[in-house]
Amino acid sequence: MIEIAAMIALGAASLAVLLNLYRLLAGPGIADRILALDTLTINAIALVVIFGILFGTGMYFEVALLFAMVGFLGTVALCKYLLRGNVIE
Amino acid sequence: MLLMAELVIAAFILGGAFFLLVGSFGLAKLPDTMRRLHGPTKSTTLGIGCLLIASMIHFLAERGAPSVHELLITLFLFLTAPVSAHMIAKAHILLDRPARRALPDTGQGDGWATLAAPSRTAGETAGRTRQRAV
Repeated sequence: MIEIAAMIALGAASLAVLLNLYRLLAGPGIADRILALDTLTINAIALVVIFGILFGTGMYFEVALLFAMVGFLGTVALCKYLLRGNVIE
Repeated sequence: MLLMAELVIAAFILGGAFFLLVGSFGLAKLPDTMRRLHGPTKSTTLGIGCLLIASMIHFLAERGAPSVHELLITLFLFLTAPVSAHMIAKAHILLDRPARRALPDTGQGDGWATLAAPSRTAGETAGRTRQRAV
């Protein structure tokens, strides 16, 4: 049962990644693209977590944690650059 | 594994997948940036929280020992999602002219801090005094 649910969740997360890629390419503003990148990172974390459940290994949690940290740092750095013209003042 | 645990895990996985999909659909479908912020910040965060809870119950039922990694990831994501949404909204207000015009008055002497020019004075004077002290 868990396998079937995980397969459905994999399909849904992949569809979500495709929708994010559409917004990343088509987004009219820079803020839209940054938001799409942020959401793309969260969806990648979801995919990693589902694969961890499916394969039954706890090896993927470090990957997910690193994805979360790098995604947050990237979003904040891009926004900070847009807001202040500089990342570290 | 217990049937009950399997049912709960499958329900959490399906709920998480649904909310992930709703968040990304909102990001792709909603008409302007401020409304598009709602999908990823609320729905996607809830979805990833559900998935991580499912993962936690799964490893608890499989190995008999609770795993704390998921709690760490959940805490980090739930703390950082509002911050990044706030930063993106500020950048959008600064860059988008109609959004800037639609802002209400602050009701105080100062205007919106987001729109103020980056003030060099505070940082430079601090640097200067620090240099003098050295």
